[in-house]
Amino acid sequence: MRDDTVSRAAFLAAVSDRSAAVPAGLVGPDGAPDALRFQVYRNTVASTLTEALAASFPAVVRLVGDAFFAAAAIDYSAREKPASPLLFRYGASFPDHIAGIASLAAYPYVPDVARLDWAWLQAYHAADAAPFGADDLAAVPHDALAGLRLSPHPAMRTVISDYPVVSIWAANRADETEAAALPDQSEDALVTRPDIEVLVHRLPPGGAALAEALASGRSLEEAAGHAASIGGFDLGESLSVLLRAGAFAKPTP
Amino acid sequence: MARTSPDHVTTAIPARAGVSLKLDHVGEILNGADIGFFEIHAENYMGDGGLPHRMLERIRERFPVSVHGVGLSIGGDGPLDGAHLARLKAVVDRADPGLVSEHLAWSTHDHTYVPDLLPLPYTEATLATVAEHVAQVQDMLGRPILIENPSTYLAFAETTMEETDFLAALAARTGCGLLLDVNNVMVACTNREADPDAYIAAFPLDRVGEIHLAGHHEDRDAAGRTLLIDTHDRAVADPVWALYEATIERAGRPIPTLVEWDSDLPDWPVLAREAARAEEILARLRPAKELRHAG
Amino acid sequence: MTTAKSFTAAGLAGAVATAIAAATSPAAAADQVKCYGVSLAGENDCAAGPGTTCAATSTVDYQGNAWTLVPKGTCTTMDLPGDRHGSLEPLDRDLPEKS
Repeated sequence: MRDDTVSRAAFLAAVSDRSAAVPAGLVGPDGAPDALRFQVYRNTVASTLTEALAASFPAVVRLVGDAFFAAAAIDYSAREKPASPLLFRYGASFPDHIAGIASLAAYPYVPDVARLDWAWLQAYHAADAAPFGADDLAAVPHDALAGLRLSPHPAMRTVISDYPVVSIWAANRADETEAAALPDQSEDALVTRPDIEVLVHRLPPGGAALAEALASGRSLEEAAGHAASIGGFDLGESLSVLLRAGAFAKPTP
Repeated sequence: MARTSPDHVTTAIPARAGVSLKLDHVGEILNGADIGFFEIHAENYMGDGGLPHRMLERIRERFPVSVHGVGLSIGGDGPLDGAHLARLKAVVDRADPGLVSEHLAWSTHDHTYVPDLLPLPYTEATLATVAEHVAQVQDMLGRPILIENPSTYLAFAETTMEETDFLAALAARTGCGLLLDVNNVMVACTNREADPDAYIAAFPLDRVGEIHLAGHHEDRDAAGRTLLIDTHDRAVADPVWALYEATIERAGRPIPTLVEWDSDLPDWPVLAREAARAEEILARLRPAKELRHAG
Repeated sequence: MTTAKSFTAAGLAGAVATAIAAATSPAAAADQVKCYGVSLAGENDCAAGPGTTCAATSTVDYQGNAWTLVPKGTCTTMDLPGDRHGSLEPLDRDLPEKS
């Protein structure tokens, strides 16, 4: 090997790490290395990843501000690179990353808001499917209800939170200038996309447990029994929200 | 002239001006836009469904579409990502595009993706690898693709071939076409203190199936030399328009021309005006060609 | 793990009937929040996530190390009821170890 050969691994390492030396075999017009020119590649990678995360987590950007978000994104991207060129799949573990930032400890709801941003984005890109609606449920014979198993709609996601996550998220996605009055209770979120619009619902108590149990393949009787251990659970109420939102897919004939 | 109707539109990309398709502009486009074609970045349509897929269907009902991949890493020195290639095929099957293109660049190494179009040295060894990758893509898609010349900021000391010779050899070896990005020519030639006109003169123009135009930013390197950056965030610079005009004249035929604008997106009329400027330059060559065909 | 409660067949049927009635009633969207997504007409109520670019960037002043910064967005002005403060408090916590 000639000693001016630049391996792809060396190029990649230098692009990803500001403190790394520029590979010697990369030269400017005078045949000499030029760190400032190499910086264009570094800037492009760093800013594209930061902007991708900002686009995926818009409510978080608004909550913490641009500068703080950019710093958190740079920290994250230094240790977590995309696994594929699909940037809307990059950032799955970003909510966990920001949960570990000490200066956000006073705002413990921010990671849950990030989870809801992420659920929204994954629902946006999920596969199309016709939802299982009230008519479909009405067509199920009474003696088959207990054993009924439903397929989750590909877009369906839940976010369970100790905070009023839906209200905080909605206030920060709607670009409202006034601080919203937040409810004095926790909220679980249901994200669906029965057609092309992503919908976000507040779930009643136990609704998320019901949705997740049904989605994991449990029968209606088993799922309802599981959710009933959560205080305030009302099967009719939870089921109506799930049906209306399009949380389940119509069975394929 | 290609026939167009609301229900069915020709697949072939006309020798007209097109623009990059952006979600922000779709409403206005569907309300009536006179644009030769739209180009999509394949990766933005690689989700499983939803609005991007629906939007592409609506656009495709009215306009020819070209598919431009930005993440296949054809210039990588390892094997292509088979999963990504399969995703590209799915997008091409759905979009039924008139043209499919990718870059002479790399972005994935050892399962890590970096969101940039990184340069590669031009040697017999890299030519063999890139030719293998292009052939693999063409086999998978069942059609020839176009490969685009990159914008570069540094050169490799190990390079032994001119970029134009590399691309000509690649086209000859694989049967692929070329996408000539005139702004990239201006950026890369300025950055290595080469003559853009000489680059165009050396370029195998007969293999060019599409031209790209875009805006760039002018900066300085550490030694105070002009450093052009391929930012795609503003209007096409006048010297690039002049180089484009000279290129079209040299080619002697109108070539489908895309105006790219990827960040700091303008309002739709601004982008449409950029396309109209390219359209005017193309139109100067079109009548003469049509006359010859009529005779 | 919590113990599951059992539902009778009649209980299930009654709840299902309630759900069907509620799901088909027109005034039933109270639990749905605004921000309906991006419509084809281009009404951007919500961001649509990241897109690709073929562009490069000239300058960037992004610095990492969020541990040295304080957030400056709406979280500093949003008031959460109860003892969950939305307002900024002085931080005297230990910094977490960076992995």
